[in-house]
Amino acid sequence: MTMNGWLQILLFSAVLLAVTKPVGIYVLKVYDGSFRWLAPLERIAYRLCGIDPEEDQHWTRYAASMLIFSAVSMLATYVVLRMQHALPLNPFNRDAVPARQAFETAASFTTNTNWQSYAGETTMSYFSQMTQLAFHNFVSAATGMALAVALVRGIARHSAGRIGNFWTDLVRGTFYLFLPAALVLALLFVQQGVIQNFHQYITATTIEGAKQVLAMGPVASQEAIKQLGTNGGGFFNANSAHPFENPTPWTNFLQMLAIFIIPAGLVYAFGRMVKNQRHAWAIWAAMFILFAGGVTTAYWAEARGNPIHAARGVDVVATATNPGGNMEGKEVRFGIANSALYATVTTDASCGCVNSMHDSFTPIGGMVPLVNMQLGEVIFGGVGAGLYGMLVMVVLTIFIAGLMVGRTPEYLGKKIQSREIRMAMLYALIFPASILLFSAASVVLPMGLKGLNNAGPHGLTEILYAFTSTTANNGSAFAGLTGATYYYNTTLGLATLIGRFAMHVPMLALAGFLAERRVVPESAGTFPVTTPLFVALLISVILIVGALTFFPALALGPVVEHLVMGAGKLF
Amino acid sequence: MLRNQIRPALVVTLVLMLITGVAYPAVVTAIAQLVFPRQANGSLINRTNGAVIGSSLIGQSFARPEYFHPRPSAAGNGYDDTLSGGTNKGPTDRKLADTLIAQAVDSAVKNDGATRGHIPSDLVTSSGSGLDPHISPASADLQVARVARVRGASIAAIRALVHQHTEPRQFGILGEGRVNVLLLNMALDSAFRMASHN
Repeated sequence: MTMNGWLQILLFSAVLLAVTKPVGIYVLKVYDGSFRWLAPLERIAYRLCGIDPEEDQHWTRYAASMLIFSAVSMLATYVVLRMQHALPLNPFNRDAVPARQAFETAASFTTNTNWQSYAGETTMSYFSQMTQLAFHNFVSAATGMALAVALVRGIARHSAGRIGNFWTDLVRGTFYLFLPAALVLALLFVQQGVIQNFHQYITATTIEGAKQVLAMGPVASQEAIKQLGTNGGGFFNANSAHPFENPTPWTNFLQMLAIFIIPAGLVYAFGRMVKNQRHAWAIWAAMFILFAGGVTTAYWAEARGNPIHAARGVDVVATATNPGGNMEGKEVRFGIANSALYATVTTDASCGCVNSMHDSFTPIGGMVPLVNMQLGEVIFGGVGAGLYGMLVMVVLTIFIAGLMVGRTPEYLGKKIQSREIRMAMLYALIFPASILLFSAASVVLPMGLKGLNNAGPHGLTEILYAFTSTTANNGSAFAGLTGATYYYNTTLGLATLIGRFAMHVPMLALAGFLAERRVVPESAGTFPVTTPLFVALLISVILIVGALTFFPALALGPVVEHLVMGAGKLF
Repeated sequence: MLRNQIRPALVVTLVLMLITGVAYPAVVTAIAQLVFPRQANGSLINRTNGAVIGSSLIGQSFARPEYFHPRPSAAGNGYDDTLSGGTNKGPTDRKLADTLIAQAVDSAVKNDGATRGHIPSDLVTSSGSGLDPHISPASADLQVARVARVRGASIAAIRALVHQHTEPRQFGILGEGRVNVLLLNMALDSAFRMASHN
């Protein structure tokens, strides 16, 4: 670990803290409808779509709108991918995407996962990339934000049962939040060298006389929303390790910041909406502590390097000119610190873009992204998804604290009773059930084992990572796993859908139930949600729930691998 | 409840698809092509006759002894920009340790007189993209003697050229110091004639 590495991590943290409030205020204005400079355009859109923007929806109707919109847009993408050979902007005559892969891709992009079993540069036409994949990058992010805002309204409102309007939340999030931010970010990217064109691939003749085909495309526009919407699907196979997607340390910094700023800002906006800013900062602090723990562990593990490779002659000690550590799967321009930081950020959030190959991380370094996702991606988290996931954990924390002192728990003036806890537990249990059951099936079924790129404990981790990433709607991968098979396309596609919609419905129900409750005045017995004690308890609940669920699987995967790596064993 | 939501869903999908999937990338492309045409089109490097040599952002293969060599690449048969990616081999993978890294170490020892245990970590490992245009300053330094010998130039002169092509951290803090292999090799060709050019 180097001083400069720590400085970069510190700088990132400081900038994140500095932008939280301004971004939060902006987010707040977008969703309470006070910032609407495109109001005429909005009105036209609503009239065209047959939407009543004044309708305040009950949670069941809100959920129905969200589900129908997701189903329609997913189906549209499936159809386009199946027909891309007949559609325009296909300069290389790419064939139709196979049915299994089109299903998985449509599911994966609709759910904000962006798990990719295809290589972008050899599978997708420009038309598919833009109109479908980039489109989903916008609307799945706007959907996530809408859901989070709906849950917060449920907490903030009194005796209403109504949680807002899905359609206006969707349109406003897209128009005022994601489009302008993406436009600015895309141009910053281009300035640094991210490509943005519709050219044919270019054939170069290298200095030594070989042919090199340079892939082209409208990359920057997609790249910007890929980060801002915590989507993560790369234009190219190598994702943000590809120099055309992430050419310089500055673009790398912007990308990491773009992943975190909206989720961090949303926490601030939440504080304003429920009129308890100190509670919001307490949640922010819990998130930050978990983030700091993750990045420290990952940086330590990757900077320490791999003793097996050191024994083969590699110098793992960093100097001013040698990056040292474990550079397999990492880019020189980013080095160890930025690779560990990026891996932590992208899995704390539900982004899943990568600037280095997690499959080649050391066992502990690779366990950090895995654990980040298994904790439910509540560490700032996906846009929207991070906050509502965290609020479910907060409700559980309050409940547990209430049990400990023997009082009916209440949260921001709302009594938490059995139906709220049932929904929170459903949310908390569907997640590990999908990950562990699919993983367990895959390690015993021959078609599950066929796709492995690594043997030994690392193979188990590859499978566990795949179902964790898809269920958590992350999309990053231990990319050695060959996912382009009937078995994996189907199961991973299903995991993305379960991890999104099967969890959204109980979460919206929780929002609706909370909105129906009357506010009770705070009393001496109310558990304070603004103190360091609350932060510590919240972190403990997150870690204990995660550890109890996943420790056995982690012990057989990365933990064993770490031990055998120390002993120099190879597979 | 469901029926009257289908029309909004269909139309919203279409409208947002047009705005985010067509208008937005079109606007970004128009501005990018107008303001940053070189970057938007791939930061290409051309010969004097206009033929494309490559991109300053994308690494390419160098095997001849008179050039600085890039990192091993897992993209296709090496630096194939249509097959980007890493080895995705894990830390306890036998092929990675005993074939890929061991061979790269052997070749650094044989060709550059490197000492085992003192080989820069980037020089013998594959990058994530398989297209990494850079090597670390230490990896460049290791190759200076060979390049100087083959080109019949002084070590000091080659080292000075490497130094000239070493990029510092961006804004003094971000990323790591690095040497762009393609740009360095092009500078070599223009500064030093080959001792025995074929």
